[in-house]
Amino acid sequence: MNFNKLRKAITGDTEADTITTIDTREHKHNHRPVNPHFVDLDADNAGTVIEASHISQSFTSEKGNETTVLDDISFDLHEGEIVAILGRSGAGKSTFLRILAGLIPPSTGQVSYRDKELNGPNPGVALVFQTFALMPWLSVKDNVELGLEARGIPRAQREKMALEAIDAIGLDGFESAYPKELSGGMKQRIGIARALVLQPDALFMDEPFSALDVLTAENLRQEVLKLWNDNQSGIKSILIVTHNIEEAVQMADRVVVLGSHPGHLIAQVPVDLPRPRDKHTPEFEAMVDKLYTILTGQESQNNNENAEESSDNAPADQSTSAIQRKEAAASDAATSQTDENPQTPEDAGGANASDKQNSKDERNQDVAGKQTTDGRKTHDATQAKANEKLTAHENDTKAKNTDAGTELLPNATPGGLAGLLDVVSNYQDGVDLSDLAADLSFEVDDLFPLIDAATMLSLLTVNNGHCSITKEGDRWCHAGVLEAKQMFAQLVMDHAPLVRTIDRALHNNPDKDLRGELILDLLRSQHTDEEAQQQFDIAVTWGRYGELFDYDSDDDKLTLDDADK
Amino acid sequence: MTNRFFNFNRAAPDARSDVSFTRRLVSDCVVTVGVLALFGLIAWILPAIDAPVGPEGIPSTVSTDPSNLPYYALRSVFRMAIALFISLIFTFVYGLAAARSRRLGKILIPLLDILQSVPILGFLSATVTIWLALFPGSMMGVEAASIFAIFTSQAWNMTFAFYRSLQSEPKELDEAVRNLRLSHWQRFWVLDVPNSMIPLLWNMMMSVGGGWFFLTASEMISVNNRTYALPGIGSYVEAAAAEQQPDKIGWAILTMVIVVVAIDILVWKPLTAWAEKFRITQSESTEPKRSAVLTLIRQSHIDDLLARILRPLGQFLDWITRPLGRTGSKWGAKPSRRRAGDIVFAAIIGILVIAGTAELMISIARTTGLAELGTAFGLGSITFLRVALLTALCSIVWVPVGAIIGMNPKVSRLIQPLVQVLASFPANFIFPFVVMVFVLWNISINWGSILLMALGTQWYILFNVIAGASAIPDDLVEMTRNFHITGWMKWKTLILPAVFGSWVTGGITAAGGAWNASIVSEIVSYGHHTLVAKGLGSYIAEATAHAEGMKTIIGVTVMAIFVVAVNYLFWNPLERLAARRFNIA
Repeated sequence: MNFNKLRKAITGDTEADTITTIDTREHKHNHRPVNPHFVDLDADNAGTVIEASHISQSFTSEKGNETTVLDDISFDLHEGEIVAILGRSGAGKSTFLRILAGLIPPSTGQVSYRDKELNGPNPGVALVFQTFALMPWLSVKDNVELGLEARGIPRAQREKMALEAIDAIGLDGFESAYPKELSGGMKQRIGIARALVLQPDALFMDEPFSALDVLTAENLRQEVLKLWNDNQSGIKSILIVTHNIEEAVQMADRVVVLGSHPGHLIAQVPVDLPRPRDKHTPEFEAMVDKLYTILTGQESQNNNENAEESSDNAPADQSTSAIQRKEAAASDAATSQTDENPQTPEDAGGANASDKQNSKDERNQDVAGKQTTDGRKTHDATQAKANEKLTAHENDTKAKNTDAGTELLPNATPGGLAGLLDVVSNYQDGVDLSDLAADLSFEVDDLFPLIDAATMLSLLTVNNGHCSITKEGDRWCHAGVLEAKQMFAQLVMDHAPLVRTIDRALHNNPDKDLRGELILDLLRSQHTDEEAQQQFDIAVTWGRYGELFDYDSDDDKLTLDDADK
Repeated sequence: MTNRFFNFNRAAPDARSDVSFTRRLVSDCVVTVGVLALFGLIAWILPAIDAPVGPEGIPSTVSTDPSNLPYYALRSVFRMAIALFISLIFTFVYGLAAARSRRLGKILIPLLDILQSVPILGFLSATVTIWLALFPGSMMGVEAASIFAIFTSQAWNMTFAFYRSLQSEPKELDEAVRNLRLSHWQRFWVLDVPNSMIPLLWNMMMSVGGGWFFLTASEMISVNNRTYALPGIGSYVEAAAAEQQPDKIGWAILTMVIVVVAIDILVWKPLTAWAEKFRITQSESTEPKRSAVLTLIRQSHIDDLLARILRPLGQFLDWITRPLGRTGSKWGAKPSRRRAGDIVFAAIIGILVIAGTAELMISIARTTGLAELGTAFGLGSITFLRVALLTALCSIVWVPVGAIIGMNPKVSRLIQPLVQVLASFPANFIFPFVVMVFVLWNISINWGSILLMALGTQWYILFNVIAGASAIPDDLVEMTRNFHITGWMKWKTLILPAVFGSWVTGGITAAGGAWNASIVSEIVSYGHHTLVAKGLGSYIAEATAHAEGMKTIIGVTVMAIFVVAVNYLFWNPLERLAARRFNIA
């Protein structure tokens, strides 16, 4: 695929922002080392494609409550690397990706593309969507040509380029088909071809394979890696958002891990396993386990906090105002932390304490240095660093005791929990989360809410990515229907603050009922409207299952269950 | 960009390869003849449209010779088409402005609610002098007034539909076009129009039905103590009724049936079948819509020809609109600044609204006195009772019928096209016969007007309920059979809840239509019998006919208040309830 001739045509009408593009392209062709993934980044800063500094994102709801989704994230994307952004739901990964793509303006902080600050869609980014985002009324070819048409490229030329891209991703023969006639895998190929044909400096992929079945996803992942390794596509870097840990390890040179509520950077982990990567090597598995550990570490911490909180029984009549006080404290804590947060990744990366004041360039060197060292040799060292990081991270989360995120109920149903416990109880000595996920063919977003809920209710314990059932869990698992409900009621009263608050407030009210809107309002002052609704729904589900209280959605009325009166 | 839409073959890539050469040749011939006939007909009627006004002035009636009917019908159809085209342009401009500008949207959408509730005569009396002045000494002035009147009976629901589909564009498609950096023009044709195509088409069909209903009022314009008549099928019916010639009305009804069916076959069937390609569902629909006309067009070469002609034009438009900029290319202002702007904007609008209301009150007080408002509200209440009774009665009759039809696929396949045609047939063409019966049996028009209004609007309820009932999932129906749930229990637990949402949709349309229809239903004449019912509709109709400007304004304002209030207080809560509790999907 020789796009070089057509390059001028592509860049066409956006001269201002493409002059630099052309320069760096030349640069790349002259200096790019044989292995494209180990670019010598110390040389100069021209290798930085996108630079995001101190990005925060908050939304103001209609009632004027402000909720933070992303909290002070700085991140650079360099030429020649594949970066995976990993995080569980609620970490704002997709929001972050869209901010980098210039589709959403950040509340504070800025994004630059090739040293030029963005104030609109990023001209160097082509996006591949989770649900493909194809125009159903345009044929495959027309869909692929769309971006070229937007750049005003003459018809004959764009047809030629589109056909080349279609060939490259294995879509030949389908040019005149409509997306709805094709399978999911084929649709995503169109999505990739549409991005590929623009030869973007950065190819952004937003959970590109998560809507596909396992086999198709694996196949397409390999094709993308092949295109990248062939180095013919004209793409300079790839940023992939995923909640699939194996996918991240398989594809990325660097994994950026985001924590949730609000989204913040918790670790940057270089992956320097040799390519092509074999999923069954111990190194690969170790890396997967490590990422699981990083992702669960924070949560198990949080649950301990919740347990502690529950033990100091606040007077019942103050439970609602207690929420407010707690939340106020939480937001204070959050703001006071913004200063130290950005340094967490450096700690994580293993930089020593004196480097904390490092300038950005030095940080880049640090990353680059890790990348250029030989994979195998540094593997153990990386592991050690990761452990170091983990302890640092745990300390960090301990400091965050009152972090707003810890109040959240994980989105899990009692039925799902019971199923999970059934599975886990089959393992005598507990089970690694990565194995559990593989067993259930769950991805992070499916598994973690269940794990979080189970640990929150002390049905499971998780230690370094290894989970085992507790005594209570075992008892709940084998209890009869009624007994299980009673146990569940006790557990949520002990460990789920929101459920407890609602129950107390109901007991405390002379009429034994409450308007749901009241609770929702309280939640909205701390969370996005959507999240508040979700929290409320979870609390109601848990409360109903435990026969603590009931909710009538027609009258918007919470009432105490007869069993709980 | 534009030329894509004329490529009819795209939806069926292999449609042509397996069609024999002779069939293609025949198709080409038929399509050529069709196109030539279309041009011929337009050439036939075109010269008469801007004919000079004779020495006796603009005619106030038309000849009722049945041999004129084909020509009249063509004129009416032509008028409809022009008005529909203008409605479409209006829809695009207004809808885009309301959807893209947050602040404008806050005004334009409530305004649209009000415009929708203003009866056609309100617009006519306000503007007819302007139209006549624009084209002095030419029939073009009346023609323009008539087209404008038809436009006001068509545009609003189309605009709502377009606005709604702009608001509900899939988020990822919006992000995709911004990421691909399409120009505004490209985005419009690649995303905005295709995404709204299906709802827009359905609303165009409804609009045309509405336009037919007000055709008599639009072609025989009675305002300001004068009547201006244009050659057309609507004015023919009016004239025949005035001459008490039921046989001629019969001929007009026959012509109208032919026109409605022909338009359905030649225009709506192919368009709806073609528009299936704009459906966003990810899989193929189970039962493809078919149209013989569309198949014919697909087999011919006309699309290639059109594409070739239009491609340079499309490219030119693409190029010339480039300076308009790219979609979403600039981020909005910071929230704090935006909020300040909002406050200023709201203040200005608030002041304008208050000043306008005050001005209106003052001029009412000066001319007719504020008591007139009370009179209008009293009459409005009477019409309100009529509309309420009508909606209730139609619901009691048509909900069970519609549900039974809808749940039986065989019957509904037969009946649905029939109902569709009935819905677009102008019911007021048979008003003269009904009035004859009223006069004969001494039925008071005060009650009779309810029947007249219902004749035009009942179909919306039936139509929607059929659609809703046919969408009841099979497994639910099977469940009721398996658990022996029958009779009233089945209606209570399955059918009525399942069709509730569709009934609300139909009810809103029917009630809104009934309000507008009151101006032609509360005052009807046949020969020298003119029956006037007490109500807001007859109040407005008489005020416009007698050039009582202020009374017209009062009547229209009160009607708008009634319609908007009923929508907000009654229908909107029901709609929300339907979405929350009775949504099957």
